[in-house]
Amino acid sequence: MAEPLLQVKNLSVSFQQDTVVDAIDFDIYGGESFALVGESGSGKSITALSVLRLLPNNANIQADSIALKGQNMLTIPEIDFCRWRGRRIGLIFQDPMSSLNPVMTIGAQIAEVIRLHFTLKPADIEQRVLELLQQVEIPAPERRMQEYPHQLSGGLRQRVMIAIALAGRPELLIADEPTTALDVTIQAQVLALLKKIQQQTGMALWLISHDLALVSNMADRIAVMEKGVIVETAPSTAFFKQPKHPYSRKLLAALPDIRHCLGKTATPSTPLLQVNDFKVWYPIHKGLFKRVVDHVRAVDGVSFSLQQGKTLALVGESGCGKTTLGKALLNLVPATGGRVWFDGVDLGQLSDEALRRKRAEIQMIFQDPFAAMNPRMLIADIIAEGLQALRPEISAEQRRQKVLHLLEQVELPASSAIRYPHEFSGGQRQRICIARALAVSPKLIICDEPTSALDVSVQAQILRLLQDLQQQQRLSYLFITHDLAVVGEIADEVAVIYQGKIVEMGAARQVLTAPQHPYTQTLLKAVPELKVT
Amino acid sequence: MIQYIIRRVAYAIPLLLAVNILTFILFFVVNSPDDMARMQLGQKHVTEQAINNWKHQHGYDLPLLWNAEKSGLEKLRQTIFYQKSIGLFLFDFGISDSGRNIGHDISERMWPSLALALPSLIVGLLVNITVALMMVLFRNSYLEFGTIVLCVILMSISSLFYIIGGQFVFGKLLKLVPISGYDSGLSAIKFLLLPIIISVISGLGSGARWYRTLFLEEVEKDYVRTARAKGLSEVQVLFRHVLRNAMIPILTGVVVVLPLLFMGSLIMESFFSIPGLGSYTIDAINRQDFAIVRSMVFLGSVLYILGLLMTDISYTLVDPRVRLS
Amino acid sequence: MVILWTDGLIFTLVLAIAISVGMMLRKPHFKRPLAKITQSKTSMVSLVILLCFAGVGLLDSVHYKDSRTGEIISLLDHVAKPLTEQTERTYSAPFSAYLYSKEMIIHDDGREKWDYPRLKYGAAHLDNPAQQKWPDILSKAAIGLGKGVLLALLLYLVFWMIRGRKSAEPYRPASKAALLTLFAIISLFYMLAYLSHWYHVLGTDKVGEDVFYQTLKSIRTGLVIGTLTTLMMLPLAIGFGIMAGFFRGWVDDVIQFIYTTLNSIPGVLLIAASILMVQVYMANHPEQFASVLIRADMRLLFLCLILGVTSWTGLCRMLRAETLKVREMEFVQAAESLGVTRPTILIRHILPNVMHIVLISVVLDFSSLVLAEAVLSYINIGVDPTTYSWGNMINGARLEMARDPVVWWPLSAAFLFMFTLVLAANLFADTVRNAFDPRRAEHG
Repeated sequence: MAEPLLQVKNLSVSFQQDTVVDAIDFDIYGGESFALVGESGSGKSITALSVLRLLPNNANIQADSIALKGQNMLTIPEIDFCRWRGRRIGLIFQDPMSSLNPVMTIGAQIAEVIRLHFTLKPADIEQRVLELLQQVEIPAPERRMQEYPHQLSGGLRQRVMIAIALAGRPELLIADEPTTALDVTIQAQVLALLKKIQQQTGMALWLISHDLALVSNMADRIAVMEKGVIVETAPSTAFFKQPKHPYSRKLLAALPDIRHCLGKTATPSTPLLQVNDFKVWYPIHKGLFKRVVDHVRAVDGVSFSLQQGKTLALVGESGCGKTTLGKALLNLVPATGGRVWFDGVDLGQLSDEALRRKRAEIQMIFQDPFAAMNPRMLIADIIAEGLQALRPEISAEQRRQKVLHLLEQVELPASSAIRYPHEFSGGQRQRICIARALAVSPKLIICDEPTSALDVSVQAQILRLLQDLQQQQRLSYLFITHDLAVVGEIADEVAVIYQGKIVEMGAARQVLTAPQHPYTQTLLKAVPELKVT
Repeated sequence: MIQYIIRRVAYAIPLLLAVNILTFILFFVVNSPDDMARMQLGQKHVTEQAINNWKHQHGYDLPLLWNAEKSGLEKLRQTIFYQKSIGLFLFDFGISDSGRNIGHDISERMWPSLALALPSLIVGLLVNITVALMMVLFRNSYLEFGTIVLCVILMSISSLFYIIGGQFVFGKLLKLVPISGYDSGLSAIKFLLLPIIISVISGLGSGARWYRTLFLEEVEKDYVRTARAKGLSEVQVLFRHVLRNAMIPILTGVVVVLPLLFMGSLIMESFFSIPGLGSYTIDAINRQDFAIVRSMVFLGSVLYILGLLMTDISYTLVDPRVRLS
Repeated sequence: MVILWTDGLIFTLVLAIAISVGMMLRKPHFKRPLAKITQSKTSMVSLVILLCFAGVGLLDSVHYKDSRTGEIISLLDHVAKPLTEQTERTYSAPFSAYLYSKEMIIHDDGREKWDYPRLKYGAAHLDNPAQQKWPDILSKAAIGLGKGVLLALLLYLVFWMIRGRKSAEPYRPASKAALLTLFAIISLFYMLAYLSHWYHVLGTDKVGEDVFYQTLKSIRTGLVIGTLTTLMMLPLAIGFGIMAGFFRGWVDDVIQFIYTTLNSIPGVLLIAASILMVQVYMANHPEQFASVLIRADMRLLFLCLILGVTSWTGLCRMLRAETLKVREMEFVQAAESLGVTRPTILIRHILPNVMHIVLISVVLDFSSLVLAEAVLSYINIGVDPTTYSWGNMINGARLEMARDPVVWWPLSAAFLFMFTLVLAANLFADTVRNAFDPRRAEHG
């Protein structure tokens, strides 16, 4: 084999006492795509940043050698090494919004790299910026280079980031979760672009990702990282055919699969929730007297019905109005129009107090389990809060019993009751949130992306828990998500939302296998599938 | 943009009205004009006649809000509220209790105030930013630690000590500059030098520390990491990216005080006998000249509201993300 | 026992602080930041210094009517009796045996001489001050220091016996530093107090009053301004800030209007105007104030009130912004969907999550308020001229510095005490902020 482009030997990174990267070795060869895969906290991003010496000062980095083309980078002083960054190794970050300087035009941000690493005339620099913008396929580059990051969409911003990374003509491009912050359709485009550019330039691509399906489409070789240790390194094809390490196997098994919808059979049931021509509009004020000139139609005339004991998935990309719809059903944001029948009652006809009690039968599980619990309250108080508010007649002892019972239901130890939220991991917190929702015996739970902040293995557990609870208690779920694979796992019916409207609705099996609407077709096509060849 | 400014100016009117009513209540309702007259004339042996004379002289012998003796609009106009408060809206400050034209005094005295306040602000800003940048550049070093300790010590000393100490050392002992006084034209410089230096030093501790936190907040942002990944050195990152973003809150914070510079600094001007609006106000307070204090309260409010408006506008100029709406 | 208004409020405040510290100790999310504070050497040393100041201030806050003279005096006055009684005719330098200014001295034998007269009390026990003074001072200082050290050791012993050896505490550099500071303060203070029997350790002022006594009395004024002002502004700031952020809409508009209006009036001028009005009121209603002390106390209280009115807007704005953030958090929405009523949400979810801002701002404001008192008193819109305060001392120093030879000691004394207090407060505030600010807490 040829000499590796990047060779890392015995790299360890620690912060104070915590060792986050523990004696890892890996090589990246010229022109190849190398993927470092792991769950959150496995140390994969830290590895990349430590190679580029971009970690904060309190990080302690130790390695036998980190060599680029045989030249040990550890021996190079910082003053020279900073010229390597951007020139020899390019870097793309996860969140393109915060990673771009908000007060500089994107043209200036790209030109800065060129000016730094090459001596060119101003006119040539501008020419090169244009070339780069064309290379990353940004439409109307002359106009765009005068714009600021906030004027661009998320996908375009990530393209700008790629252009910045490419501007120094690096030999190695590190892409740290480059598409995690993007919608699936945009993700597919950005990945295709990365692949194309890699082929054009022949540089090596080091992809860091948590998404095995995505990696299977992109990488030549794969390294799996668990808790700071690389447990397995293998060529992509061999890895997906037969992963050797148990952790790799566990990761692969936990992947949600869209094809699981095929196993679902439709059993008729009675409708629990019926929504008719539901609207949430936000007024746009303009002019001297702030008159309402128009509305942002976040949810624009949505009708659907959800049956008892079933799961309806609301699928759509960010900004399509799916979360607003969920919150409006709970009255967390005011609805503009439409009618909602719940459990045979027209919610619009109820008095305020009756509505408050009836609403408690609809509960919500939120996306971010870290923000969904008051950090100043004990778990027992968090779970009991709904009981206290809605049924003050229950004695404290009964409440305590109920809390313990709920904790048992969500498979948490009873000792959790007297602890605080920060002592729990993301998955455990989501379980507590589920317990809190269950406390008031709801009939319907609106799940707003409940697993998108979690790792795949935890996601699988939470989905299983939700399904078990559904079977035990005949719960109905309104499952809001962007992830079609998760939809395949859990949904009985699917409604696809696009710009505030439902464009396609039907049984999960039908929508996911034979989509009718062109938007649904694009969505499905963009989902990265596990490629096993 | 124009619409926005119009709306903001329209919003300023009720604000000023509220300020006006508040001062009116403070000055005329809490204490009656009789009380003020007694205060001015001395506590003992004041005849009713003397009080009435004083009130008449200064125009306080009218009813507060409603003059029942007059007819028509005069019912409203011949009142203290109309005579003493409404005029302020037209910048007609009237006559002070000691009989001088306040408007004229203000227009004359605001220039020395500005001559002291503006250089103090600019030099202070430059020094603070330089020190803060140095701290950020050498962060986590002994140099930074030492500078922070120095800042805390500097900000723990009352500004009065700086002034008294400065006057004593540079004015009295070393005789480098005059202790106090003022002159017109360029010769004012030698009088202004010491007050400017002192106000810069007394503001250095808190200022540099505040800017340091602003810079540090920026340094931790993701785009700074991008800048480093581009290959910029630490100094380049600091000047090209961090400084530029941190300047937005710094500049807009400065803009809000710009109009207030006309009001001058109370302490500095009175210590150094600079005939500005600050010492004017202090003299008025000490002489208990209510008309002047009232005018200065109103003027200060107008200037502050102007500063707010300018801040909003300056945001749109320096920050591409902000649009007026 | 006479309880002045500020006395009552101070003791209420002490009680409130004790209760809230007790409550904080029970809550684990406070335990971590508190542990951080107790582990920091600077914060513990500055805390000890602050507590010593507070101790003097509290001593000075227990007032009663002296049975002999019928005047209202405080415990501090009682303790420092020699200082109050040993007044000279005018200025005298620290440790001096002679008056500052020359007088016509008539000797026993009838000779008249234009010279510096001996002090009535300062170094009066010496026959020949020129030779005896310094050895005497040194020996007395040594005795005083020795007694002070003994006293401190005795206190430790008592403390140690009460606590016993039950706490086999691990070696803690912070608490060791704190104990050392306390040791040094007790010893030094005792030495000064001991010397004060024979000398004016910080000199005397224009009317011959002991400057050491004045600075001690000024401590209470500074503390009252620094703490009571906060007490006055907290209800306004917390109530308005949280309501504006939580209810939004017209409530927000009204509250914003109020604080923009108040903010737009330059603070000093508003204070000046209000104090002028109080002066007029007091001048015209002398019958309502039984004694000079009560009058001065009312003015002090009013100064706190008006300072509170001018300074609540900053905290209010911060709380409003934070509440806007917190109310959008998902746990608030979860509570809403659980049917929890809005007042409950406000108290149980919003308030505890913005409290750290209140705490930080209270601690940070303290030192700036102490400094503000000096400036305000200097321009005659601060405390009553008869109240002992550093501001009034500095105010006097302006003329004293112009004299020849310079009268430097009142200014230096005020500087020394004020600087120590403010520096300790600033250092303590820094560690409190670092410990409680969630953004800073993450990085070391």
